[in-house]
Amino acid sequence: MATPLVVSEVAKSFTMHLRDGIRLPVVSSVNFSVKAGECVVLGGPSGIGKSSLLKMVYGNYGVDTGQILVEHEGQFVDLATADPRSVLAVRRVTLGYVSQFLRVVPRVAAVDVVAEPLVADGAIPAVAREKAETMLARLNLPRELWQLPPATFSGGEQQRVNIARGFITDHRILLLDEPTASLDAKNREIVVDMIAEKKRAGVALLGIFHDDDVRVRVADRVIDVSAFSPRKAAA
Amino acid sequence: MTDAPLLKVRDISKFYGARIGCRNVSFDLWPGEVLAIVGESGSGKTTLLNCLATRLMPTSGTIEYRTRDGQMRDLARMGEAERRFLMRTDWGFVHQNPADGLRMTVSAGANVGERLMAVGGRHYGNIRETAGDWLRRVEIGIDRIDDQPRAFSGGMRQRLQIARNLVTAPRLVFMDEPTGGLDVSVQARLLDLVRGLVHDLGLSAIIVTHDLAVARLLSHRMMVMKDGQVIEQGLTDRVLDDPREAYTQLLVSSILQV
Repeated sequence: MATPLVVSEVAKSFTMHLRDGIRLPVVSSVNFSVKAGECVVLGGPSGIGKSSLLKMVYGNYGVDTGQILVEHEGQFVDLATADPRSVLAVRRVTLGYVSQFLRVVPRVAAVDVVAEPLVADGAIPAVAREKAETMLARLNLPRELWQLPPATFSGGEQQRVNIARGFITDHRILLLDEPTASLDAKNREIVVDMIAEKKRAGVALLGIFHDDDVRVRVADRVIDVSAFSPRKAAA
Repeated sequence: MTDAPLLKVRDISKFYGARIGCRNVSFDLWPGEVLAIVGESGSGKTTLLNCLATRLMPTSGTIEYRTRDGQMRDLARMGEAERRFLMRTDWGFVHQNPADGLRMTVSAGANVGERLMAVGGRHYGNIRETAGDWLRRVEIGIDRIDDQPRAFSGGMRQRLQIARNLVTAPRLVFMDEPTGGLDVSVQARLLDLVRGLVHDLGLSAIIVTHDLAVARLLSHRMMVMKDGQVIEQGLTDRVLDDPREAYTQLLVSSILQV
């Protein structure tokens, strides 16, 4: 089985220059990998570094040492050292991310926010839009909201726009940061189905889920992040 | 798209007497890439931009540009006429103050059409049609085509300046605080417009701004300048979300949340 994501010997700390340069270790000796068709869940208590780790895998946070290897167009790219252009290419084609909160762009309609990852990768805008509408319909976002910018949407509505945007592509790796956090039971159910479909399609998923019920149903494996945390000794 | 940088900048320095404008700046800019240069007033970002756009002569260092025939050309070794031609056709420069980039006493249509004539457009009807098309793209009503920019609001002038710059299908656009003097609602509209145009036209752009939100929205990559030097650079979201240098952390933590 293919292993499109390998995290090897990763360590990360924050240096807070505005706080007399104190160093806050986040994680060290992080080693794991995610296979195609598998959903791996990052577990552990709040504040232990789960989101930070996910951001490192996306290239959004830097790392101090170690490698984050992503299989991209037949080659492994190390996101820990790749130049910005390569990181962006990996994100465009291979590595998707559903964040906790939608970062809204003024004036852009929900349907275009969702279609954007496809358009950015060269899809015909009308085709991308059609697919975006299918996604939004599936996630029960009221049709009258599709043409509006999501800035004024409720938390749950923004979350669904965010999920639609993350799931619309055929990326081989998908990172999920609490995608079901602000959803009602019915929509949570739909997201669980969508994750199962991604697994069947051979996508490697790495996520954070605080909802026990959802976690149990989607996870093939749980990695306890406290094992990488310097705070484990103190706990 | 050939896989080669559009612009190669090596060790650019500019001194004003003993005072440093910018020092030892090096980077490559790739086709379709948007680079933001951020930093506070006096950090040297506008000096650097002016050096790159050949509006200032750097004290040392080299800037090479890949012209449409695929050759890397050293800008300092280009003749004056050739460099001017490049600026009129293949490049754009959007000033913070639209009055610096527009001709305020000729019509909006002529402001856009003038750049077309510079690249050999001669047919009046075609020029007017293209100018009208560009006014529409930057959301200026066609009924304003014969008005002078003096009669336009700040936001409209800025959009007109952008149309004037983009009508010749440049490959590289320099922008100096393009949203600087505008109301936030007008800014949002302009940012959305620039974002769309950059994507649709596959433009490369270098944008100087002190507004980190503008940098986040528009750029792929950013450079942080302080005292004339680049102190941190990288992927835009990485620099903003995980800043390494003390000064960058200060900048990021100084943003007001709404």
